[in-house]
Amino acid sequence: MRSFTLIDFVSLFAALRWTVALVALALAFGAPLALGLAMGRISRLAGLRWTMAACIQIVQSVPLLGLLFFFYFGMPVFLGIQVPALVAVTVAYTLYTAAFLGEIWRGGLEAVKQAQWEAGACLGLSAWQQFRHIIAPQALRLSLPPTVGFLVQLIKGTSLASILGFVELARAGQVVSAATFQPLLTYALVAAIYFALCLPLTLWSRSLEARLDGSR
Amino acid sequence: MALVEIRDVHKTFGKVEVLKGVSLDVEEGEIVTIIGRSGSGKSTLLRCINALESVDTGEIRVEGQKVHAKMADLKKFRQRVGIVFQAFNLFPHLKVERNITLAPLLTGRIEKARARALAEDVLTRVGLADKIDAWPEQLSGGQQQRVAIARCLAMAPHLMLFDEVTSALDPELVGEVLKVMEAMAKQGMTMILVTHEMGFARNVANRIVFMHQGRVWEQGPPAKLFANPETPELASFIASSK
Repeated sequence: MRSFTLIDFVSLFAALRWTVALVALALAFGAPLALGLAMGRISRLAGLRWTMAACIQIVQSVPLLGLLFFFYFGMPVFLGIQVPALVAVTVAYTLYTAAFLGEIWRGGLEAVKQAQWEAGACLGLSAWQQFRHIIAPQALRLSLPPTVGFLVQLIKGTSLASILGFVELARAGQVVSAATFQPLLTYALVAAIYFALCLPLTLWSRSLEARLDGSR
Repeated sequence: MALVEIRDVHKTFGKVEVLKGVSLDVEEGEIVTIIGRSGSGKSTLLRCINALESVDTGEIRVEGQKVHAKMADLKKFRQRVGIVFQAFNLFPHLKVERNITLAPLLTGRIEKARARALAEDVLTRVGLADKIDAWPEQLSGGQQQRVAIARCLAMAPHLMLFDEVTSALDPELVGEVLKVMEAMAKQGMTMILVTHEMGFARNVANRIVFMHQGRVWEQGPPAKLFANPETPELASFIASSK
């Protein structure tokens, strides 16, 4: 046993890089996928709509922990593929992000009145031009606050990656706590760091909400 | 050849037959006003003309081109046919100028350098040149509707459709929109309107088409139709809308 020192403090902050890296990976792969899912969900093709809805439903219904387990421990058993931990978490967080962001963005797209598509079509714009210049900008503004809200969820959700051995913030807390026998102090610090990470986002989201009333 | 030729058009929504064989010709430069009770099919007919609605049977031609054929150039077609809606449908996230120039720019009708001048030009025609930098929500209903008209004019359409464009406006704002439409009519624009504005129908239109139960029930020049309706349905409609 040793006392809580600056080194412990530093090691907690150092572990933040995995937290940030996991969020970055999840967004980098998950956001484009989410956009595809959202567009599929509002497609005119019923088959595509149902398929997308089913995918989203499945991912949303499985706990994030379950996704992580499946891709790390399940894949070797069911498919005989041993995946590196980083690949497993990336896939799991990507699907998690895509499913939730996809639904948020679909809601935003559907909240834009059908008449806006019509108005664009009547001016001779293609479906893509209507989407790109008329629907998407309005949907984006409507979706920004819940998108930021999800981002906060995602940041906290990265703590689950600790069970696959990633020394991100939560796992670093365990390690430091075990070494120093100061769990209260350590976890209070960990909580404070999460809070410091998420609070600006929440505040930003709130100011966006106030600024963008969805009408323009 | 008429600019718009509608031949025996049938249209069903679910089990309701909204159009039961409508035929109608509109010549170039003509102002045709479609009147009738709600549910008579007049708005549906208008929406069929620029393929916002499909038709079950029959055909519609605009400038000789079949509207509901598998049209590769539906976009090109719609660039020539303007439609103004009851609810304005301006793009709320774009300023007035961009509302007007978006489609001409995206469809390659004009170059970027000419865009502002085009917006100024069409806004002047609807008397709103000073609103070019306004947001739609900063405008009154009447002004928004005039911007919507200007947005259509920017595409230099050959035909304009108006779907109850004054119905959502406060009474004191109706006049300014009708005045703009009257000016367009005088400049020779071919126009088909669905309206409840009997005064406008009487004074500006060349022809009134009375629709009833999904059919063209009666049509003719306004003076004759309003003075001597041939059918009891039209007579009662005129009486009720006075």
